[in-house]
Amino acid sequence: MLTNNLPEVSSEILLQPQADHPVEHPVIFKTNQSPPMVTTPMRSHKMGDFIFHKITFTFAFSVLLVLLGIIASLLHGAWPALHEFGPKFITTVEWDPVNDQYGALIAIVGTLTTSFIALLFAFPISFGIALFLTEICPAWLKRPLGTAVELLAGVPSIIYGMWGLFIFAPFFAEHIQPALQNTLGQLPTIGKLFQGPTIGIGILAAGIILAIMIIPFIASVMRDVFEVVPPILKESAYGLGCTKWEVVRKIVLPYTKIGVVGGVMLGLGRALGETMAITFVIGNANQLSWSLFAAGNSIASTLANEFAEADTPLHVSSLFALGLILFAITFVVLSAAKLMLLGLKRNEGTK
Amino acid sequence: MDSPTNQSANSTQPDTGVYRRRILVHRIGISLSFFAMLIGIFFLLWILTTLFLKGFNSLNIGMLTQMTPPPGDDGGGLLNAIVGSLLMVGFATLICTPIGILAGLYLAEYGDNNWFAYLTRFVTDIMLSAPSIVIGLFVYALYVANTGHFSGWAGSIAISLIAVPVIVRTTDNMLQLVPGSLREAAFALGAPQWKVAILVRLRAVKAGVITGVLLAVARISGETAPLLFTALNNQFFNADMNKPMANLPVVIYQFAMSPYENWRTLAWGGALIITLSVLALNILSRTIFSQKIQG
Repeated sequence: MLTNNLPEVSSEILLQPQADHPVEHPVIFKTNQSPPMVTTPMRSHKMGDFIFHKITFTFAFSVLLVLLGIIASLLHGAWPALHEFGPKFITTVEWDPVNDQYGALIAIVGTLTTSFIALLFAFPISFGIALFLTEICPAWLKRPLGTAVELLAGVPSIIYGMWGLFIFAPFFAEHIQPALQNTLGQLPTIGKLFQGPTIGIGILAAGIILAIMIIPFIASVMRDVFEVVPPILKESAYGLGCTKWEVVRKIVLPYTKIGVVGGVMLGLGRALGETMAITFVIGNANQLSWSLFAAGNSIASTLANEFAEADTPLHVSSLFALGLILFAITFVVLSAAKLMLLGLKRNEGTK
Repeated sequence: MDSPTNQSANSTQPDTGVYRRRILVHRIGISLSFFAMLIGIFFLLWILTTLFLKGFNSLNIGMLTQMTPPPGDDGGGLLNAIVGSLLMVGFATLICTPIGILAGLYLAEYGDNNWFAYLTRFVTDIMLSAPSIVIGLFVYALYVANTGHFSGWAGSIAISLIAVPVIVRTTDNMLQLVPGSLREAAFALGAPQWKVAILVRLRAVKAGVITGVLLAVARISGETAPLLFTALNNQFFNADMNKPMANLPVVIYQFAMSPYENWRTLAWGGALIITLSVLALNILSRTIFSQKIQG
């Protein structure tokens, strides 16, 4: 297709201006602007390019439009609730569909706590995995292990939820929670966090499932970031007699600091918005408790549980307001992550 | 850190405290990293083994030929849910592929020194990780609330919105890999930009773009949250995209959360089907991509 019609097109563009202009005036590039010279294929080229530009622009613009649409529809949907409850919607504990009273604090606290627990577990483990994959792992194992980590990222979140509810929660209740209660639960201040019935499901279990889910994301970002480090820097350090660990601590980490934080933020963004895995294991109870063993609720799980069954307009609107809060939090976190990762890329080679 | 000079004078095997401490720290660090990898692999294996054991036990031919059973009944299958999922994912793929590829073409072709393209890339990256349940809310407000009923179309639109950023990003990244000399050669022959973009640049990275589409399809096949209040669910067979539609993820969610043993068994079977399809799509996209690299 391409080779068939190109030769004749090209000959017209190149030959005509040269024939009309004297050699001292090599204004080949001006042919676009001089009307008598523009031949039919040229015009169709310009037309085609114009249409191509407009069409692709429209589709790129539609991506932006979706974002604006999401913000607008969330604001629109949340307006009645925000108007009714005002700013204290965020700080009100009560979430009571029966009396039509709504406050977001339980859900916000649940979302933040589970995500924080998830990061606490996921950060060191993903760091270790990324380190293993880039620096330690023998070459023949790199591909299979890297693929395994990426497959872990591909497993749908509902599977993590089912596994968490049916396999992990009973195991957690029987073996880990009593152990935690007998050790950490006896400590003066933080003991409060590990009290209450050991039923398996709850905030802590949800946090751990979330950690398992976001480990692959963080690990693969960190791995990519670690691979950015110029080999010459590492080799210089090895040449000075550094151990592998010292190279990682003193060369790789300082070089990729921003990227590592960016990767963690990206994982946090995922954790905040994760719905299905949390809905299965968090227990879905609208209560606020000091104990991490207690059942709770997150923004996403409240939405998943109640939205399809919400009757009153105020209930629906309050759920939209929850969605708005969730979107705002994740937007900020993900933007920060993105800016950090971009910053790393920009500095590539200048250090 | 401490320079190794103080040891080098001693002998070929320096045995000072500093040296031993460095080795010790190194060993601890490396073992911790190895341990982290083991934890990751352990959980992957644990989840997959559970899924395969429970899933294969509940798999039978009836699962693929019968409808979802009413509460408490024995038997039944997932036929309506499988068909619903295929329909919705199929239509979503048809919607998101052209949008994603064309938007990706824009970013690659006109994206240099263009604030609009920078903004679009930024937004796309955020949408890649945006909470999928919020996208469900958006489609609910936009489509379900206006038409007044849940429908397969709404579900399809919701999951295609999740797939678009994936395709935009991979298309853009892949197109950046095309060597400038290839494009310049085409331009030198007098080809217009749109022809160079589509017939030369896009064609050169066809495999990579297909990889992106497959990854996007894999991503949306397992999505549950945005379908909860767009497609809802349907106990009966329905191929009408304008009505509420059964789909595997939501059926798995409802059945797994139910107290009925039969429903839970079906949920494990469905979970196995969905995971196998997603993993197969992942592996397929990987092989297509690596073949392209070699070829």
